[in-house]
Order: sequence, then structure tokens, then C-alpha cells
Amino acid sequence: MTTTVDNQPADVDPPPPPHEPEKGQAQGQAREQAQEQDAFSQDTLPAPDGATGALLRSLLAPLKGRVAFTAVLLLLQQAAVQAGPLLVAYAIDRGVPAVRANDYGPLIAVAVGYALCSLGGAALQYGFIRSAARVNQDVLLDLRGRIFRHAQALSVDFHERYTSGRLISRSTTDVESLRELLDEGLQELITVILSTAYILALLLWLDLGIGGVAVGSFVLLYLLVRVYQRRAAAVYRKRSTAIAAVIVKFTETLNGIRPVRAFRRERANDAEFHRLNRTHEHTNGDAMLEMARYVVGSRLVANTAVAGMVLWGAYRVADDTLALGVLAAAVLYLRRLYDPIDRLGMFLNSHQSAAASLEKIAGLLAQAPTVPEPAAPRELPALASQHPGRAVEFSGVSFSYRTGGEVLPRFDLTIPAGQTVAVVGSTGAGKSTLAKLLARFYDPTDGRVLLDGTDLRDLAVPELRRGVVMVTQEAFLFSGTVAENIAIGRPEASREDIERAAKAIGAHDFIAALPDGYDTDVRKRGGRISAGQRQLVAFARALLADPAVLILDEATSSLDVPGERAVQRAMDTVLHGRTAVVIAHRLSTVEIADRVLVMADGRVVEDGTPAELTASEGRFARLHRAWRDSLVG
Amino acid sequence: MSADHAPEAAPPKDRSAVRSLLRLWPYVRPVRARLSVAAVVAIVASCVALVIPLVLKWIVDGPVAAGDPGGVWLGALLLLVIGVGEALLFGFRRWLVARPLAGVEAAMRADLFRHLQRLPVAFHDRWASGQLLSRGTTDLMLLRMFLAFPLTFLLVNGVTILVGVIILLAQEWTLGLVILGPVIPLVVICSIFEQRYSHAARRAQDQVGDLTTVVEESVLGVRIIKGFGRHRAQARAFRELSHTLRGTELHKARLLAGIWAAIVLLPELAVGAALVLGTVQVADGTLSAGTLVAFLSTALALRWPVESIGFLLAMSQEAATATDRYFEVLDAEPESASDRPAGERIPGRPAGSAGLQFHGVRFRYPDAPADAAPTLDRIDLRIRPGETLALVGATGSGKTTLTALVPRLHEVTGGRITLDGQDITEMPRERLRELVAVAFEEPTLFSATVGDNVLMGADPKAGDAELCRALDVAQADFAHALPHGTATQVGEQGLSLSGGQRQRLALARAVVGRPRFLVLDDPLSALDVHTEALVEAALRRVLADTTALVVAHRPSTVLLADRVALLSGGRIAAVGTHQELLRTNAEYAWLMSGAPIPEEAR
Repeated sequence: MTTTVDNQPADVDPPPPPHEPEKGQAQGQAREQAQEQDAFSQDTLPAPDGATGALLRSLLAPLKGRVAFTAVLLLLQQAAVQAGPLLVAYAIDRGVPAVRANDYGPLIAVAVGYALCSLGGAALQYGFIRSAARVNQDVLLDLRGRIFRHAQALSVDFHERYTSGRLISRSTTDVESLRELLDEGLQELITVILSTAYILALLLWLDLGIGGVAVGSFVLLYLLVRVYQRRAAAVYRKRSTAIAAVIVKFTETLNGIRPVRAFRRERANDAEFHRLNRTHEHTNGDAMLEMARYVVGSRLVANTAVAGMVLWGAYRVADDTLALGVLAAAVLYLRRLYDPIDRLGMFLNSHQSAAASLEKIAGLLAQAPTVPEPAAPRELPALASQHPGRAVEFSGVSFSYRTGGEVLPRFDLTIPAGQTVAVVGSTGAGKSTLAKLLARFYDPTDGRVLLDGTDLRDLAVPELRRGVVMVTQEAFLFSGTVAENIAIGRPEASREDIERAAKAIGAHDFIAALPDGYDTDVRKRGGRISAGQRQLVAFARALLADPAVLILDEATSSLDVPGERAVQRAMDTVLHGRTAVVIAHRLSTVEIADRVLVMADGRVVEDGTPAELTASEGRFARLHRAWRDSLVG
Repeated sequence: MSADHAPEAAPPKDRSAVRSLLRLWPYVRPVRARLSVAAVVAIVASCVALVIPLVLKWIVDGPVAAGDPGGVWLGALLLLVIGVGEALLFGFRRWLVARPLAGVEAAMRADLFRHLQRLPVAFHDRWASGQLLSRGTTDLMLLRMFLAFPLTFLLVNGVTILVGVIILLAQEWTLGLVILGPVIPLVVICSIFEQRYSHAARRAQDQVGDLTTVVEESVLGVRIIKGFGRHRAQARAFRELSHTLRGTELHKARLLAGIWAAIVLLPELAVGAALVLGTVQVADGTLSAGTLVAFLSTALALRWPVESIGFLLAMSQEAATATDRYFEVLDAEPESASDRPAGERIPGRPAGSAGLQFHGVRFRYPDAPADAAPTLDRIDLRIRPGETLALVGATGSGKTTLTALVPRLHEVTGGRITLDGQDITEMPRERLRELVAVAFEEPTLFSATVGDNVLMGADPKAGDAELCRALDVAQADFAHALPHGTATQVGEQGLSLSGGQRQRLALARAVVGRPRFLVLDDPLSALDVHTEALVEAALRRVLADTTALVVAHRPSTVLLADRVALLSGGRIAAVGTHQELLRTNAEYAWLMSGAPIPEEAR
């Protein structure tokens, strides 16, 4: 959507552009459509009153000087542009008689004046566009950066509730709608206001009567704009809802194309889509008709006013109470005066969607990170033994969601350095929460989580990640090569280090078989990597990171038995001596653990070595027997 | 502006915008009458606007010069009539096209959706859904705008300019020529600009795409970034990209500023020159004051049509690109109902061909490099009626691919698959997919109720009884305990369920229709030990009389099957019972128990 048109700058007095408003309308719509992609999120995060305004001010504050400079450029540019008809008046009323009297002075003055105004207008226009672009781009750069940094600073807990889709559209489509407002709408509005003010002032100065009529017509136009604004808002809201429904159906069908096909949903989907599409078609037509109504209304008012003023002016020229040149200038001004009215509709549209976007962004930025970085970071103590592992202590820890549900009641737990602990229990027992507290994805509601006696909250991020690394079930690959993906574990690692990690986990063979080996781009063709293989890459990452404490949260769910074995082998060799916390529903992992914790309803209900627990008559023994039975062969 | 890339190469350079846009005709045809009338109305309205200066001239030179108040009234009345006419005509034009164009957009979107649903799965593998979505929304909106404006106004403005120039030249040809002076330099400047700007704009678009990628990945991979403390590196990458983007945007602004300065300057200078020249002529008495006023007024009225042509062409260019993008998808070949006419069966169906059979099946992904080995090769398998066969193989050995061939989500590259002796390519796909039910590794739920999600696997007559039975088999009784029971909304817009819950619903969906053939891709991977045992017990009853192919990672799943096939390197390496294979096949033993295998067997 970036063309010459869209960036059409300040008013350069085009005569009535009938197309302008609809162009604006369509743009507004694009924006809304984009916005609607996240309309699944019907909730705008609560932000303190005035947060939107405060956000805008804080974005513009560092640019105060440049904003002022830009405004001055625009003021001068408009003055230069609006001088033209005055020179026409002067040429007719003074120049003609003077030339007849063989005095070419006034004519030369007109020529020089017109040339200067043209050149000045053009130069100012050039300066204004560039200067305004600087302001806009700096604001956007700042805003994009803020959203990005803030989103990264927010806790995993927040990410889980807010969903990735919303977060992505905050930093893409919402920023985009602000960009369009800044690029076009705002410029447009200021130009409209400025040129209208200038022209009205000039008309009043040329002739009070004509000027008065012009001012009067604006009262009527103002009412018209208000009516349009109200009606359009209602129509656009309906249309947004309609397109959002279309988009949801569309995406969902495409993302689930396999079940759609396998279960022959095509016809049912067609019918459903037809219904949604029809609703959108209808509201879309309504929106266009609304714009048509506005255009007719505003043109009627404008053209009637022009006719009235010409009548009044011509009457007085005939009466000899008005100079002919003044009438000519007034008529030329009048043609310009009403041009921007249509475009006001366009501004209103882009303003509406940008305001909504900004509100959502402000809501996001108002979220305080619940896992803040320490103000005065501390270092971990030197390792107590030659073992690379560190001791973990949960001291009086409890955890509840902010919504109130208690997940982990208060508990104490100590894991000595170098111990491998398996955590088992059914879904919802609190295993993952325990892991996330240890990885400091969450902070405990009460109590402290200590690593070799140091509170996790006192560790700066790099120090924390030398201490604790967590591998989760979802093995996300970033765009880039396989090698780069492994190197996330330790960016300064050499290729040898990377390959060694891959070999240790049994991932080397499949990586070497990819079209470009370690340099295969995981997002390009040929980079078909199965779920199990992704998990192996994730493990290689963790091996490379070489942390003191390793947490595996269901990290082996997609692995086959040999893959699982390779992981166990690696923990026994490469990761030997590290402290490890392993969560798995498959009990094979338990075999290598020094200690097993059985969790139920947020509590540790059994704690002991695998042998002890198997021998007992508790939950673990029952689970273990069931698992043993399943391992036939 | 999604970062996902369309797999297609950039369109050839010599593509013609006109030829692209002509492809819209079938959609425009139904509304051609209204569109044509609207164009005529717009031409009339624009020409009416050009009459206004002539009326002004008449007023100034006639009644005003003669001091005739009655004439002034007449002139003003004329102006009013013209003004009202102009307003109504523009409104009429918009009214004419509003509903039809919304209709064209909707029709194109419906066609796209219908077509997409019928394209091969291989197509969807290649195309990111974001790319397809942007075709169904932004691109179609661009096309609607194109039909509403550039299409009409290129014509309208052309006529307006022609008429305007004739009026100018007729009024005073010398001044007319002065006004026309900047036309040629402006055309040259604009075309140079257009080229450079489209370059810069494309670059900016790509950079926005890159930026979006970083944003997307930082959000999707936030646990990894946090888990490894990499957010600084991520922020650095983001900062660099956004600075690059800012640079490109400023470059664009510089180009724009230049072109606008030229567009403002040249015509303004020409008008200035005409004013000076006209003043001299008025003084000489060779030109009337009214003519000069009318002349300048007309020149101003023409400014907009001239300036707008540049952006109208740019919009048309964009619309042409949008059309190409739209038809890129619509031109893709959909799956045919069946490839060979039914009835052309292999004569004399061999005895004992009942059940599901693979005959020398070979498969290679359509986008695989030509020299790569096929993903699957020489697959010969027979699953007897009522039998359950487990498919076992190392990670990445092609198990999932093999299962996708049965319901023809992918097409075999060579060989045949038969159901009860009939080649699956001979039967209508509808029929094939009725016979074969699938539970996918990645359980997808749609935004609908639990009941609807499960029952989509059954024929439409199925009701609560079937639903309950299926939920029971899949041990998905938790569905009854949801806030609204089986009427609870799930999926993207509903309650989110855990992986294990989704997997059980997907399983229920597969068994609800009591299909003759069942394909299950690792159906129990996300279940905990306890649930797994319960599902297995229930599933065993269903599998007793169903012909089934089950992908298995673990011994417990394998035990559901009567026999096991080992897939290794794209071939079937061994077939037998679990016990047989454990004894005789080292790779199988390794896969099932993790026992080390001799080097040569790997």
C-alpha cells in the first residue's frame, strides 16, 4: 500500500479530487482488516486512563524541536501556496491599468512574486516531506523497539495468556495503522486545517461579506462531518466484525487442511464461508454507500456556497462596490476552500483505527513485567566442588496465579548439586510450574528459589542462564541454519563444538543427511524436519549451553526409544555432574534418576530413590508397574 | 506483511499489467452494465465541473461588465444548478458501483476459498497460510479499489484533460500552449521516479517482512530465548533491522519529496507565466478579463486530473500484481474427483485382494531436489480385512508420509494402493475418504463445539449415541464435564484443551463413523501412562473388526497390532509379529528397547 498516492503530502491545491475520499476509505479498511486479524482478542488490556495520550506524548517528546521545525515549514509552505490568487487579483486590478499606462513595474512584480512563491512553495514542500518523514520514522522506530523490548521483558506467564497472535499483531498491524495515520492522515489533517484557516482569513481580508458566507458554510460542513463520523463508526464496526469472522474461518480451514480433506468438510465449509462472506459483502456495501452520502452532502453545501458567493460578489462588482480582481481571487480561493472536505472523511477513518491500535499498544506497554531483572545483580558463588552442578533450594515457596488459583501450596525442597531428579505425576499436578519456578520463568508468590544460596531474582540474565537452562516440549526452530539454531545455546561456540553437541545427542546423522548439512536453512525447501528431530536439535542446544542445572520439561515426548536413550546417555556423559530436573510421563527416564518426586495436586507426595519407591506400595509403584507391563518384550 | 515467503519465483519481468487485469473480466462481466453507466456518469460530472469557469467568464464579461443585476442572478442560478448536478452525479456514481463491487470482491473471495479447499495438500505444504490469507483479504481489497477508481478515472481523467485542453486552446491558444509546456518534462520525471520508487518500495516491503519474521519468532520462541537468556541478541537483531528499515523509508521520503517539488513547481511556473502573458494581453485589449479568470480557473481545474494519472497508474500496477497473486493460486490444479474413470478396474480382481494393499509404492515430495532419493520406495504391504498393522521406523523414516498416501492427501509417485482390490485413484475422493478415517499426529480442533468436532467424522445422520460411543472409545469422557458438556466451544475461539485432550478428541473423530479403514498416526503420544492403558483397552475393541494402519513409537502401541511392518530408509525392511521382529531384527529391537545394535546393522 505504499505508492505515491498514499504518501501524498500537503495540499497542493488540487481541484476537486472525487477519488480521494474513497481511497482513504479503502485504506481505513485495509487497516481495519489488518486489525481484525487480532480481533479474536476482544479484550484490550486495561491501561490507566490517558495512557494512550501519554504514550503519544512520550514518543514525540524527544523530537520536540523537529516537530516545531516541521510545523513552521508547513506554515510557510501553505502561505506560499495560497499567495497565488492574491497575485492574480493584483495583476488584474493594478497590473492591467499600469501596463496600459506603459508602467511594467507591477507586472514585473507579479512575475517575480509568482516565480518566488512557486520556487519557495516547492522547496518548502520538499523540506517538509523530508522533515515530517524523519519525525514519523523516529516515532515508529521508537515505538517498534519499545513493544519488542517490552514483549521480551514480560514473563512467560504473560505470553501464555496473551497468545502469540495478539502480540505479533500489536507490533505489526497496529504499528502499521499508526504509520498510516502519521504518513497520511495527520499530515492531511494539518494541511486541511491550515489551508482552510488561511483561505478563510484571506477571504475575510479580501471582502468581509464573501468571507462571512464562507465561514458560515463551514458550520454546516462541520455538522455534516459529525453526522458522518457517527454513522461511519457504526458501519465500520460492523464491517470489522464481519471481516474478522471471514479471516478466522479462512485461517482455520487452511491450517487444518488435512482433517478438512480427510473428513470431507469442503461443502460444509463452503456453506459456512458463504454466509460469513455475504455478511461482510453487505456491510462493505453499506460502508461505501455511507461515504457516497457524505460526498454528496459536502459537495452540495460547497457548491451552493460558491454559487451564493459568486452571486453576491458579482452583484457588487456590477454595483462597483467590489473590484473585479478581488472577485476573481475570491472565486479562485473558493475552488480551493472546499477541496479538502472530502479528504476529511479519509482522515477520520485512519484516525479511528489508529486510535484503537494505540490503545491496544498502550495497554500492552502498561503491563509490568512480573519477572523483573534485578536492580543490583549478584554473581553466583564459585563452584563448591569440581562438579559443575549447583545446589537448588526451594525455601518456603508457594505459587498462585494472579487470578487467584493456587497451584503450589507452600513447600520446601532441596536438591543437592549433581543430583538427577525425576518429577512424575498426572496432568495438572504442578510439575511444569515447579520447573518454571526453577528456570525463573515465573517468580514464586512467596518464598525464594535459591541456586547455591543465591536468590534467582538477584541474578542478571546471562548469569542466570549459565546457571539454569530449560528444554521444553515444543521445540521451536528459528529461521536460519541448523548450526545457528544449535548455537543459540552458546553463540560463541565453534563449528566443532556444535557438531560435538549434535553427535553426543545422536542428531549428527540426520543433520549430515540434510541437503546442506549443518548449513541447511530450516525454513527453506528440503528442510523438512520431523517433530522428533526438532527435539534433538533442542537438546543439542542445551548440551552446548552446558548449564549447572538442566531442566527437561516433557522434552522427550516426540522421541522414539533410541532418541530417548541417546538423551539419557548424554546426560550420563556430557552432562555428568550437572544438577538435572526431568519431567516426563514416560517412566523410562526415571531409570537414570537418583531420586524421584511424585506430585499430586501441587504437593510432593512421594520422595525417594526409584528403588525405594518401586518397592513401596504408593502411587509411583502402581504407575511403575503399569509402565513395566506395557514394556513387553 | 507476513514474513512467510511464497514459494513461487518472482513474476517474469515482461508481464503485462493489462493482460493481468484482463483476467478479471469473468468477475466484472455480471456488473459491466452498472460499471459502464458509472463511468459515463463520472465523465459527465467531470465535464460539468469544467463548465463552471466558462459560466464565471460569462458572468464577468457579460452582466458584470454591463452592470446587469438580472444577468448576475441568472449566472448564479446556473452555477447552482451545475453545482447541484455535479454533487448528485458523483453520488449517483458511487451508489451505482457500491453494492456490485462489494459483490465482485465477495465472489472472488468465495472462489478462492472454494478452490483452496480443493487444492492438493502438497500445495498447502508449500504455501504459508498467511500468504494465502493476504490474497483473500488485502489483494482482493486492492482489486475492488481498482475497479472503483483507477479503471473508471483513467478514462474519465483522460477525457477531462482532453476537453479541458480544448477549452484552454479555444479560449486563447497562446496561453494554452504555455500551460501545456511542463507536460513533457513532468512525464519524463514521473516515469524516472516511478521506477526508482517502486524499487525502494519493494525493498521496504521486504525489510518489513524480515522485521516481522524476527518479531514472530521472538514471540513464538520466547521460552527458548528466555531459557537461554538470548533476548539481548534478539533485541540487537531487531534494532539493526528496524534501523535499516528506517533508512529505506527515509530514502523513499526523499524520492517523494523530490517528485512533489517537481509536480508543484513546474505547473505553478507555467500558470505564473500564463498570468503575466495574460495580463499583458488584457492590457492590450486582445483578451477580456473574464477570459483570463476563466482560463486560470480551468487550468487549476485540470491540475488534479493530470497529477492523479501518476498514482492511478501506480494503483493499476498494484492491482495487476494483486491479480497475478490471486490467479497464481486459482491457476493451481485442484485435486480431481478421481483420476481414472471409475469402472476401469483391473479385470478379474485377484482373489484375496481384500483389505488395504500397497503395490510397489514409490513417493517423492514434489519439491524435493531431483537427485534426492525418494522418501518412500518399493513399498509392498498387505493389511488383511480386520487386521491391524503397526508401522514402526526411526525418526524421519517416512511413516507419517506413508499414512498420508492412503486418503490421497499426497499422491503416490509410482505404484498403486488398493482398498478391497480397487485402486484408490479409481474411486471418487469423497468415497475414498468416507472409507478411510484418519487421526493425525498433530490433533487439530476447529472453532466449533466438541460434539461437532467429533461428529465431523461421521455421516450427517449420526447423533448423540455415536458421539458418546466415540468419546468412550477415546477415553474422552472429560468432554461431558466441560462447562457446557459436548456443546462446549473449543478451538482457536473457544476453550483451549491440553495436548492429550485434543489427541483423544481427534481419535474419537476418527472412530465415530465406524470406518472400514482406519489410519492412526501415533495416536497415544501425548497421553500419560494411565490414560494410555485405558485408551488401548477401548481401542482394541474397535480395531478388532477394522482394517487399520497404526504408526507406533512405543511397544505399548505396537501391541495393539496383529503384525508389525518396519520402515527403514523409505523401504519396508521387515514384516512380522512384534515377538518375531524383536528376535530376528536388530534395528527393530533397537527401536523398541534401545538395545545397542551391531554397527553393520545400522
